[in-house]
Amino acid sequence: MRETFVATTTALLEEDPRTAVVLADISGDAFAPAQRRHPDRVINVGIREQLMAGVAGGLALTGLRPYVHSYAPFVIDRAYEQIKLDLGHQDVGAVLVSIGASYDASSEGYTHQSPGDVALLDTLEGWTVHVPGHPNEVPALLRAAARNDDRIYVRLSSQQNSRAYAATDKLQVVRQGWAGAPVVLAVGPMLDPVLAATADLDVTVAYTLTPRPLDTRGLRELVSREVVVVEPYLAGTSSRLVAAALSDVPHRGLHLGVGRAEQRRYGTPADHARWHGLDATGLRASISAFLRAGS
Amino acid sequence: MTTTAVNPDLLGTLLTRLTGDEKHAPSAYSTLDVLWVLYDRVLRVSPDTVDDPDRDRFLLSKGHGPAGYYAVLAAKGFIPVDWLDDLGGPESPLGHHPDRVLIPGVEIGTGSLGHGLGLGVGTALGLRAQGLDARTFVLLGDAELDEGSNHEAIAYAAAARLDKLTAIVIDNQSSTHGWPGGIASRFPGWTASTVDGRDHEAIEIALRQRDRDRPHVVVAAVEKKG
Repeated sequence: MRETFVATTTALLEEDPRTAVVLADISGDAFAPAQRRHPDRVINVGIREQLMAGVAGGLALTGLRPYVHSYAPFVIDRAYEQIKLDLGHQDVGAVLVSIGASYDASSEGYTHQSPGDVALLDTLEGWTVHVPGHPNEVPALLRAAARNDDRIYVRLSSQQNSRAYAATDKLQVVRQGWAGAPVVLAVGPMLDPVLAATADLDVTVAYTLTPRPLDTRGLRELVSREVVVVEPYLAGTSSRLVAAALSDVPHRGLHLGVGRAEQRRYGTPADHARWHGLDATGLRASISAFLRAGS
Repeated sequence: MTTTAVNPDLLGTLLTRLTGDEKHAPSAYSTLDVLWVLYDRVLRVSPDTVDDPDRDRFLLSKGHGPAGYYAVLAAKGFIPVDWLDDLGGPESPLGHHPDRVLIPGVEIGTGSLGHGLGLGVGTALGLRAQGLDARTFVLLGDAELDEGSNHEAIAYAAAARLDKLTAIVIDNQSSTHGWPGGIASRFPGWTASTVDGRDHEAIEIALRQRDRDRPHVVVAAVEKKG
């Protein structure tokens, strides 16, 4: 997905004079050709993430459209107050594009992991969050973001599904269960593990790559009683929105995602998925237990 | 632009309306002289050009104690004088820290220290990328320099050769641990002027100074904060 991001943003720099890219060394080499062509609009501030966000706010105040990029823990966690004040409080927008997600950098350790990024943005007003599940979903998201001044977060990951879906902000039903079947909503790269985990379960599987704003109307239409949400970041991040969407119907909910406990282990992303119960086996166990408990 | 002599009576009257405090002369406000010189003699911006892409930008990073700023904005016609009577009220656009969304002519909303210079660097980069000739001025306090975010901006502004960026540091010696060696030495790669923050001629000369490829810092020394 990172390569797709670099290619699409490089093309946008060429096509749209409003486009600017702000880096803090991460992916600097990948953007070097674009920087040579557009030295005033490809800005590498060095290892200075607070400044990266401040510069984005300043660029936006002059009418440019900044794409801001680093590892998720550096662009979101570290620069949280700059995101809150230099963008939100100034009433300007930017497109923050992260890599690393919750545990792509599994062997780098917790310093390079951000399971809490979406929860942090949930404390702020007006953020759209895209969590693509496939590289081919990325260009349309980035191109759409060039046409407005919204505050947009694109959470790229090396974890991906086997196929791409439409880059829409609506829920997409991937597998239809019987009428009234429990609904399992998979966010971004959680879809393939969810499909594998529920292959022989009578459930409806829905997919979204835009969890913010969550398509609450689509969810309300889909859910009869049971809903399971599987997110690739902190477990329960969307529970508040799901509860609000279903506030007028009796329902049961299960929220799966990355646990809060720091693993203090390295290994591969697949290892971390297993430890957090987000591989197909773990998901199947959690979802089956949840469904049994309600029957 | 018309250049007028400082009118201490006018500013004093406006400040009294803001604060209800008749005891303090305008000189009690550390930023007031610099703000007046900026708006009266230097900045290419007026109430009619607050949305002009080519206007000069003034960013008050040190959002604390904005009474002097509001008084100057009112004196220059950016905001109605009667706004000054309700500082911090529930319906007032004027808070104890300024909000750009609520006040015409205010470029950034501030209050939390250490945000203005980064925004100023971004503003200067954005203006340069669009071929605009406008200058960007950012006003900070010496204690505000304690915030590390400023030093990210200071180093990068020099590296990026932001010649149209000017930082102004009002030095009332309020930084807890001080700046041994002087504030100007904390701006390596910049040109620097250190002036009496009450001397309007000296302030104007320092603000008009600019290098061809380096940012400029004006350290305006005023009385030590009591």
